[in-house]
Amino acid sequence: MKAKAKLNLINSAWGVSFLSAVMAIAIGLLFGLVILLVSNASEALSGFAAIIQGGFADGAKGIGDVLYNATPIIMTGLSVGFAFKTGLFNIGSSGQFTMGAFAAVYVGIKWTFLSGSSHWIVALLAACIAGALWGLLPGILKAVANVHEVISSIMMNYIGMYFVNMLIVSNIHDKIKNQSLPVLKSAIIPKAGLDKIFGSQNINIGILIAVLMVVIIYFLINKTTFGYELKACGYSKDASKYAGINARRNIILSMVIAGALSGLGGGLLYLAGSGKYLQVVDILAPQGFNGISVALLGMSNPIGILFAGLFIAHITVGGVNLQLYSFAPEVIDIIIAAIIYCGAFALLFKNIIFKFSKKKVKEDESI
Amino acid sequence: MNTIYFISQQTMFFAIPLLIVALGGMFSERSGIVNIALEGIMVMGAFISISFISIFQDRLSGQLLLILAILVAGLSGAIFSLLHAFASINMKADQTISGTALNMFAPAFAIFVARMVQGVQQIQFSDTFHIAKVPILGDIPLIGPILFQNCYITTFIGITIAIISEVVINHTKFGLRLRACGEYPQAADSVGINVYKIRYAGVIISGTLAGIGGLVFVVPTSTNFNATVAGYGFLALAVLIFGQWRTKKIFVAAFFFGIMKTFASAYSGIPFLKGLPISNEVYKMIPYIATLIVLAFFSKSSQAPRAEGIPYDKGIR
Repeated sequence: MKAKAKLNLINSAWGVSFLSAVMAIAIGLLFGLVILLVSNASEALSGFAAIIQGGFADGAKGIGDVLYNATPIIMTGLSVGFAFKTGLFNIGSSGQFTMGAFAAVYVGIKWTFLSGSSHWIVALLAACIAGALWGLLPGILKAVANVHEVISSIMMNYIGMYFVNMLIVSNIHDKIKNQSLPVLKSAIIPKAGLDKIFGSQNINIGILIAVLMVVIIYFLINKTTFGYELKACGYSKDASKYAGINARRNIILSMVIAGALSGLGGGLLYLAGSGKYLQVVDILAPQGFNGISVALLGMSNPIGILFAGLFIAHITVGGVNLQLYSFAPEVIDIIIAAIIYCGAFALLFKNIIFKFSKKKVKEDESI
Repeated sequence: MNTIYFISQQTMFFAIPLLIVALGGMFSERSGIVNIALEGIMVMGAFISISFISIFQDRLSGQLLLILAILVAGLSGAIFSLLHAFASINMKADQTISGTALNMFAPAFAIFVARMVQGVQQIQFSDTFHIAKVPILGDIPLIGPILFQNCYITTFIGITIAIISEVVINHTKFGLRLRACGEYPQAADSVGINVYKIRYAGVIISGTLAGIGGLVFVVPTSTNFNATVAGYGFLALAVLIFGQWRTKKIFVAAFFFGIMKTFASAYSGIPFLKGLPISNEVYKMIPYIATLIVLAFFSKSSQAPRAEGIPYDKGIR
C-alpha cells in the first residue's frame, strides 16, 4: 500500500512537470493567436493553423525539414541543459557552435588526404574538439579565477564570431559570395536513404547522431558517478566539496562537454549538404540562443530537450508557411518567448495542479 | 592632439550607453534581482523611442525631440521591465529564465511590428541631434574639444545619471534599503522594509535606464534602427560585474570598454594604428579579449550582492 502511494507520487512529479510544460505551450500559442488577431484579423485563423500544422502541412518532406531543423538546436539545447545540471549557464553555446561549424568545414575542405566515410567522421570530431576548446576557457576561468561563466562565455561568443570570420577569409574564402567554399563530397554526412523516405534533400543521419547524443547524455547524467558528481556540484558547491568531490574539475569538464555538444551541432548543420555556407557577417549564430530556449522548455532533461527541439523546429517550419498569409515569421519567436516566460511560472502551475488534485482527493474521500 | 580629441569623442558614443545600462543593472542586482534582460529592454526602449522620433520628426526636431524620445524610451523600458519584476518577485520564477524570455521577445516584437506596419524591419530617422560645438563651453582649451565638440546631449545626461546614481545608492535612505534587500532581505524585512516594493523599484529603475540606454546607443551610431543593439546589454552586464556592482568602478569600467571599442571600430581614423599590419577582425576582438583578461585578474574577490538571484520568501529564515 505504502509502496504504491510512493510510486504514484513519482509518477505525478513527472506528470506535473509535463503538464506545466503543456500549460506554458498552450498559453504561449494563445498569445501568438492574439498577436495575429490584432495585426490582421481576417487571416489570423488560417495563419494560426499554419503554425499548429508546422511541418505536417507539407507531408513527408515537411517532417524531414522539421528533423533537419531540429538537429542543431537539439545539440545546442543539450549543451545548455547539460551545463544547467552543474549549475552553470552556458550562454556561450553560440560561439562554441560557430567554432565547431568552422572546424568541420575546414576539415571538410582542406583535409583532402582523408577519403570515404572517415572524412565526415573526422570533420565532426574536429567540430567537437573546437567547441570543447571554446567551452574549456570559460570553464577554467570559472574554476580558477572565479570569473562568472555568463560574462566570459558572452565574450567568447564575440571572440569566436570574429575569429571565425578572420579564419574563413584567410583560409577557405569564396570571395565572390563572401562565404566559405563548399566542402568535399566525402565530408558530407551520409543520407542513408532518409532523403528518399522523406523526399527532402536536407535530411541526413545527423538527426540520428543527435538522438544518440541525447541517450548518451541521459545515461551520463542519471546512471554514472560522474553525472551524480556534476549534479551535486549544481545543487551545492560547498556540500559537494565537503563530500570530497573535486568541484573545480567538474566545472571545467562540464563546460568542455557542453562546448563539444554545441560544436558538434555546428558540424552537423554545416556538413548536411543542404547548401548552407558559413557567412562572413558580424552576427552571432542564432542556434546557440535557440538552444537556451530548447533547454528551458525541455527543463534541462535530455529527453525533454529532444521533444522541445522537435517542437520548436515544428513551429519554426510553421512560421515559414505563415508568410503565405503575409505575416512576418517573427511571430514564432514571440510565441517561443511567451512559452519560456510562462515556463518560468512552473512553480505556480505546479501549485495549481497540486491544489486541484488535492481537492479531487478530498472529494473522493467525502464520497 | 586632434587624434586624442577624435578618440575621446568616439569613446563617449560607446561608453555612455554602457554606463547608463550598467548602472541600471546595478539598481536591479543590488536589490537582489538578476537582470539578464538588459539587452531585451534596450531593444524595446530603442524600438519605441526611435519609432516615436520617426513619427514626430516632421513636426519636431533637435534637442526637444531627443529629450522627449529619451522620456519615451525610459517609460517603455520601465513598463517592459515590469514583466521581469512580476515573474521574479511575485511568481518567484528563475530570474535567468524570465530574463532570457524578455531578451527573445523584444527583437522579435520589434521586427514583427515594424514589418507589419511599414513592410521593412529597419526604422529610418534623421539625425538632427548632433551638436558640432556647444557655445562658450566648446571654446575651453582641452576640455572643450573633448567634451563639448562633436557631441550629443546624451553624453551629459549619462554623466548626470552616473552622479545621481552614486548619490542615491550610497547616500539616501532608499539606497540603503535597496542594498539591504540585496544582501540580507530577511533582516531588511524584520525592520519593516517592504522587500517586494524595494525590489520592484530596483527593477523599474533598471528598466528605465536600460530603455534610455538603448536609444542613447542607436542615435549617435546610426540613422536607422534594425531591431538590435549589437549585444550592448550583455556587454553592460560585463561592465557591471567588472565594476564590482559599485558606481565609481562601473564608471571606470564603462570607459575602459568604451576606449577599447573605439580602437576596434575607428582604428582607421587613428594614424598610428592604421599603419599596423593587423586584420580588421583582430581589432574587433580586442575589447572582448581585454575584458576577459581583466576579469580573470579581478574576479577573485567578487562583491556580488549576497541575495542576488534568490527569490524572497517571507517564510524562510
